[in-house]
Amino acid sequence: MTRKNRRAVFIFTGLAILGLAVGLILYATSSGITFFYSPSEIAQKHIAPGSRIRLGGMVEKGSVEHAGPATVTFKVTDFVDTITVSYTGILPDLFREGQGVVAEGNLQADGTFVADTVLAKHDEKYMPPQVADALKKVGRTRDGEMIKAPSGSTLEPSNP
Amino acid sequence: MIAELGHFALVLAFAVACVQMVVPMIGAHRRDQELMEVARPAAIVQFVLIATAFLALMHAFVTSDFSLKLVFDNSHSTKPMLYKISGVWGNHEGSMVLWVFILSLYGALVALFGGNLPAPLRARVLAVQASIGVAFLAFILATSNPFLRLSPAPFEGHGLNPLLQDPGLAFHPPFLYSGYVGLSMAFSFAIAALIEGKVDASWARWVRPWTLAAWTALTIGIAMGSWWAYYTLGWGGYWFWDPVENASLMPWIVATALLHSAIVAEKRGALKSWTILLAIFAFSLSLVGTFLVRSGVLNSVHAFASDPTRGVVILAIITFFVGGALILYGWRAPALKAEGIFAPISREGALILNNLLLSAAAVAVFIGTLYPLFLDAINGPKITVGAPFFNMTFGPIMVPLLVLVPLGPFLGWKRADLVAALERLMGAGALALVAFICVMAFVSDAPWLAGLGMALAVWLFAGAFLELATRISLFSSPLATSLRRARHLPRAQWGMTFAHAGLGIVVAGVVGMTAWRHELVTALKIGESAKLAGYTLTLDQVGLREGPNYEAIVGVIHVREGGRDLGVMVPEKRRFPVEQQEKTEARIRTNGFKDLYVVIGDRNDQGAWTVRAYENNFAPWIWGGAVMMAFGGLISLTDRRYRVGAPVRARARIIQQPAE
Repeated sequence: MTRKNRRAVFIFTGLAILGLAVGLILYATSSGITFFYSPSEIAQKHIAPGSRIRLGGMVEKGSVEHAGPATVTFKVTDFVDTITVSYTGILPDLFREGQGVVAEGNLQADGTFVADTVLAKHDEKYMPPQVADALKKVGRTRDGEMIKAPSGSTLEPSNP
Repeated sequence: MIAELGHFALVLAFAVACVQMVVPMIGAHRRDQELMEVARPAAIVQFVLIATAFLALMHAFVTSDFSLKLVFDNSHSTKPMLYKISGVWGNHEGSMVLWVFILSLYGALVALFGGNLPAPLRARVLAVQASIGVAFLAFILATSNPFLRLSPAPFEGHGLNPLLQDPGLAFHPPFLYSGYVGLSMAFSFAIAALIEGKVDASWARWVRPWTLAAWTALTIGIAMGSWWAYYTLGWGGYWFWDPVENASLMPWIVATALLHSAIVAEKRGALKSWTILLAIFAFSLSLVGTFLVRSGVLNSVHAFASDPTRGVVILAIITFFVGGALILYGWRAPALKAEGIFAPISREGALILNNLLLSAAAVAVFIGTLYPLFLDAINGPKITVGAPFFNMTFGPIMVPLLVLVPLGPFLGWKRADLVAALERLMGAGALALVAFICVMAFVSDAPWLAGLGMALAVWLFAGAFLELATRISLFSSPLATSLRRARHLPRAQWGMTFAHAGLGIVVAGVVGMTAWRHELVTALKIGESAKLAGYTLTLDQVGLREGPNYEAIVGVIHVREGGRDLGVMVPEKRRFPVEQQEKTEARIRTNGFKDLYVVIGDRNDQGAWTVRAYENNFAPWIWGGAVMMAFGGLISLTDRRYRVGAPVRARARIIQQPAE
């Protein structure tokens, strides 16, 4: 095999693997990613039932109920729209009423949401950043009050 | 007073690093021995100063000096001593001090043990290392001073995030950082070589042990993080494809590639510029990891900092080092002359394939991790890239690599006979086939993929030991001869065997955990039972317990397997009043092949307690295999040739060379 041929083999292999990687990534981005929506976005964008999404917002105070032996329902709100979520399992340690939550699962035909994963990971401000952004978009604070301009300072919670 | 001393030491260290960055570089350029020699004492002094600052900070945490803002924010006087110490790095500022502490430690090690390096190379390496130190010390002093005082001093602190109050996690950051920062050594060597325009076998021989040390530490650090996630997050997952985890996985993948390409550079003089490029990328990804974790762009237990200026500064540091290194590379790399011609089917060819596949895997993880951040930055839709994406990309790229792992060592350098290599691997292939048949025949709920996965694991494990057996001609010569050969085998050879076999064990663990995981979620009243796989779980009672800084709900669950009584397991749910947080304490019972994992939850309206349990088959193998891989790295690190140095070096110095 000449030097040229040898180089051609390596370049071809390299390109083939690169092509494989790119192909896999493109294929996976079409089905392997999950979109994040707030309750009002779901209402506006008419998300098809059955599609896998992440739903984020605040857990409405007083809405957590035990629906079955290990099933819990609660309402997720961004103070404009509200969606009822049901979840079977143990809620994460950081889950609390009146605080931010992200639920992953499927939207049902009746407008409720069945979650298979509930995330209550949050920063020291007790709010996942996506939820904070979603609330900001509809112009509410974490307590549901309307934000008065300038919005930056009102989002700052009192130190817990 | 001690805190001020620490701050002062940090400022001094910055000054020393500035000198160490500039003077030896000029010395190396002018071939001025005296200027070059500044590097060694400077590196050692810099280390001593940063160690002083680190100890001063630790002193403040241990004595609960709440006049320091950092201690006030992250510690509490009732916290157990272990967590007072680990609290030092359980926050943004302290973890950055740990970062530069390890960075200067590596620099000092080169200064102390680099006696047989050519003087200009050593001077340049230490100067580049110091430039990284300068950047991060400036970052700490300007944006994240750990020694800020509060006046008046509060009486009590805020406490540490309970999730971080865990023995497994206390030592996870030091290991991870040793790995991240250890790659800075490979980076410094790469930049120094580019400046010199020369890469020879001794250079590659020097880069490999540092990469190996970093890789070993990173392996342990990642395994510890995964193990922690497994037993604390309460649902028994071991890898979440969380961006923070990916941040540590990316440098690990590239470091693995670098380890392999450095072999070719050392033994055959080929792949030089590629090895340099990998060294640059490995450290760049460590920096990206530091950025992702420390800038607050990600939301997790790791993201302490939410100050955007910090993120911007780290981003500027990354741009400078990565951009600078790549420009230097583009300018100087063409001057690096490759030697060692080889055919596509050869050891070199196999290692190139390894590198290509690992690089492709790193690219897939990189895109999956940064794409959502990118979309967010341009105000696009909010998306999450989770496990499905990585299973579809990382998986298919890794599988061919895993299939090829046992083959590589059987191929000779330069030109190899593929058929002969495959013939020698027939034994491993037969065992893999047996494993596949056994899984499909004897396991009732075995999907095809699980059978193939287990076959792959056996192929890796058996292939690794078959290679060792061939090398010492086990079976084909008398046992005594084989044992003698085994004794004289280079340690690096043993290291490879353990690392590759460990990889096989990890694969078995991952496959078993994915295919045969059984879950039970139920609500039990006192005295009620539930079944999971072969187990019967009975909730005997639920009580309350006072801990040092928490109160816990304790479930007493009686476990029986078939007719056997396995005793009780006592999972807890702890409440930390100071931090206003809860933490699940799962209980895990293992027999080495499978884990029984039990969690207690809240009480519902009917007075029943939520109980969650998993049977995780092969779960312990994931971490066992990782430890075995790291052990392989350690053995390899003790290889004689790293102590002896390359043959071209002056003999006189070699004799004084102390063992590492």
